[in-house]
Amino acid sequence: MKTLFAATAILATVLTASYDAQAVTVEEVTSPGGIRAYLAQDHTNPIIGLSFLLQGGAALDPDAKLGLSGMATALLDEGAGDKDSLAFHSELEDRAISLGFSADRDAVLGSVSTTTQASSVAFEMLNLAMTQPRFDSEPTERVRRQIQVRLKSESENPNRIASRTLMAALFAGHPYGRLESGTPETVAAITTDDLKQWVKTRLAKDRLIVAAVGDITPAQLGQALDKIFGNLPATTKLVATLPAASVSRKGQEINVEKALPQSIISIGQPGIKRSDPDWYVAQVLDYSFGGGSFASRLMDEVREKRGLAYSVSSSMQAFDAAGLVMVGVGTRNDQAQQSLDVIRAEFKKIQKDGLTEAELNDAKQYLTGAWPLRFSSTGRIADTLVAVQKDKLGLDYLDKRNNYINSVTLSDTKRVAAKLYQPDALTVVVVGLGAKANDAPAATGKRPERERKS
Amino acid sequence: MISHLFQRVLLIAAAMLLAVPASAELYGAQGSMLANGMQIVAVPNHRSPVVSHMVWYRAGAADEPPGASGIAHFLEHLMFKGTPKYPDGIMDEVVARNGGDQNAFTSHDYTAYYQNIAVDRLALVMEIEADRMRNLILDPKEVATEREVIIEERRMRVSNQPAAILDERLDAALWLTNRYGIPVLGWEQEMRGLSREDAFAFYHRFYAPENAILVVSGDITLEQLKPLAEKYYGSIPRVGEPNARQRSADLDATANVSVTYSDVRVRQPQWWRKWIAPSYNAGNKADVYPLTIFDSIVGSGSTSKLYRALVIDRKVAAGVGVSYDSAAVSYGTFSISMSPSPGVSIEQVQAALEEELAKILKDGISDADVARAKERILAGLVFAKDSSLGAAQGVGGMLVVGVPLEEIEDLPERLRAVTADQVRSAARKVIVQSASGTAILLPKAGG
Repeated sequence: MKTLFAATAILATVLTASYDAQAVTVEEVTSPGGIRAYLAQDHTNPIIGLSFLLQGGAALDPDAKLGLSGMATALLDEGAGDKDSLAFHSELEDRAISLGFSADRDAVLGSVSTTTQASSVAFEMLNLAMTQPRFDSEPTERVRRQIQVRLKSESENPNRIASRTLMAALFAGHPYGRLESGTPETVAAITTDDLKQWVKTRLAKDRLIVAAVGDITPAQLGQALDKIFGNLPATTKLVATLPAASVSRKGQEINVEKALPQSIISIGQPGIKRSDPDWYVAQVLDYSFGGGSFASRLMDEVREKRGLAYSVSSSMQAFDAAGLVMVGVGTRNDQAQQSLDVIRAEFKKIQKDGLTEAELNDAKQYLTGAWPLRFSSTGRIADTLVAVQKDKLGLDYLDKRNNYINSVTLSDTKRVAAKLYQPDALTVVVVGLGAKANDAPAATGKRPERERKS
Repeated sequence: MISHLFQRVLLIAAAMLLAVPASAELYGAQGSMLANGMQIVAVPNHRSPVVSHMVWYRAGAADEPPGASGIAHFLEHLMFKGTPKYPDGIMDEVVARNGGDQNAFTSHDYTAYYQNIAVDRLALVMEIEADRMRNLILDPKEVATEREVIIEERRMRVSNQPAAILDERLDAALWLTNRYGIPVLGWEQEMRGLSREDAFAFYHRFYAPENAILVVSGDITLEQLKPLAEKYYGSIPRVGEPNARQRSADLDATANVSVTYSDVRVRQPQWWRKWIAPSYNAGNKADVYPLTIFDSIVGSGSTSKLYRALVIDRKVAAGVGVSYDSAAVSYGTFSISMSPSPGVSIEQVQAALEEELAKILKDGISDADVARAKERILAGLVFAKDSSLGAAQGVGGMLVVGVPLEEIEDLPERLRAVTADQVRSAARKVIVQSASGTAILLPKAGG
């Protein structure tokens, strides 16, 4: 009786508004229970993808329990309700359902990918994982062991060393400066109570953002949303916002001496947040600077002209509480300082002059032309639609986005480049012997033999 | 496991070959052949007005002349330098200005070039790709600079990674005279000697329509692709016979080898073993599908037999990975890797694995296990068609090692036809009788 009544009610109350962008039509669905989601229907293949995030991530973990969000998300699918880990995974694997959770600095992320046929089971399992995770001792200790082993094997990875050293220097005193995955010690300190408390405080509807893509109608999605998320608490009163981060502008160089044949260099400076009105100008700048692979200045100067590196690139990182401009390069020890000089010169050049007319046009043509490439798989579309909602870009964003890019002017690039790029404020981390090679008198000339041994 | 694909530029989160190949409608690919011997394939997916345009050459690192290791991969880099029509690296700019991404990658058996781009720009990238199939020009100065780039690539991918250093040694010991024992990136000493002439020799021998396969996936049909392929690729003359792909497949020495490497940069020990296994082209080909099912039973997901035994029940390993690579011109490989749990020695974890494998091979694979694994694999096949851009890689990676399109598409039927006895027998042949190489990666004191 109750079920029948509910089904009728759903048909009546699913509200939708839609906007047709590119080949993807996006609509907003509100479930009978009041949960909103973006939906891009595609009935070509019997596949449904659902992505979501809950604001508040690893940056909220206490210092002594760092890694808590990572461990909790790894355990949500290790047994829930009356199903232990084996039973839970068998249900999923028998039906080719992929279900996963993770946490980044700012949010808890989840996704499920399922065939239409198995979707009802998939949604039920997703609900169980979030509302009744068991944290049985076997999977808890297993996952703890796995995290500790991973942390150990990554501890000497030069890229990891470079990135954690850089983040610690850029965000000293802020949660972003911590190693979000924790240390073997902090992971050892996490108790089952901590994990249960994490579920109680972190998972709530008031910080939930959902997108669905594929073989599902608005009415079916409305039902699914309530089934998956309906019995999460409306709010846990969690304050997910972080203190504003002041990114270091000290302009320091940190050398982490390691006997490596190639130095890894990571560079960071303050950037802008996603909500900044100059975001699109910064995207255009970054493409020409180092984000645009072979079309970028850094690739041209460091790799194509000089052969100093295989990989060099820049990016704009936008976290909730801060933005960063970052550059990474891997280069022979005795040429590390030369690479660094070339990169610093490029920071100065773009700060002084912005882009050329030709670069601006090239960047616009690439960024607008490549936009539809984002919509080539269920998972990618769902993730994009979650980001669109998180950043409050609107239902018509997929269609408007290219206009934002096209409206960037040459004077915009000069104005924004002048304040964005700060060659004197770069925090530089060199992992390897790159700094040492610089101190040695012979460094500018011949390559020391010892470095070629591996 | 260590990947043997090397690409021109590092991609973050690159979706490489789909692990699962093809259905009666696995991909729904459509194929044809040009008069000059170039195979063409369309994999329609109309979700977004974009295509992935790929040209696969039946030539890779295993086709290199002795002493010139790395030339296939070096040529891959040099292919972006230019032609008289698109000189000085401007093809990158042209593709980017049209909203396209392009890259390339090299393995032992093939070299592949691709552009992901809006379908209304497809003709442009076909023109560029066809142009550089025969009209490459190489400035000696650019060759010299790019040689430094590939050596940096080797430093990044191998010298800076202890596991990669060991894997190279393992392959050299395991494959002996088979060309798969030579690293795709090349040995550093030989890379330093690679010349413009070496690159041209490889190029002129192999870059020709009879050695190439065109695969376009996305918003395209074969009917639409055919006239474009005729126009841009159809006029390129044959150079000679298709590459015979000699692989010195003499593997009758069945010695098992073990290679140990200690490095101060290693904190967590690792163990892995590779067995030489049948592929679509070498060894007992009838065992390919049974081994695909065996791979799933022992290694797929946290309900698999080895994960349950070693990680959940005995707790000797923190993780276990299993993979079976059957898409090869010569033999394939079956691999198992493990990270020992804290306090567990490499010897203990290896002994535990060997015990569990022996149990599984003796009487551990039930008819129900096989039936269940089949259902799981079949249920997942629908996802192969999902990515409009990724499908070109899934199809191309099989075609280029000689798997016919019909067989790629027929995967569900081939899997259904496998019996439990075939799985048991194929597994025993590989794990018990095949040559294997074991890698042991250890910390070194003083680190």
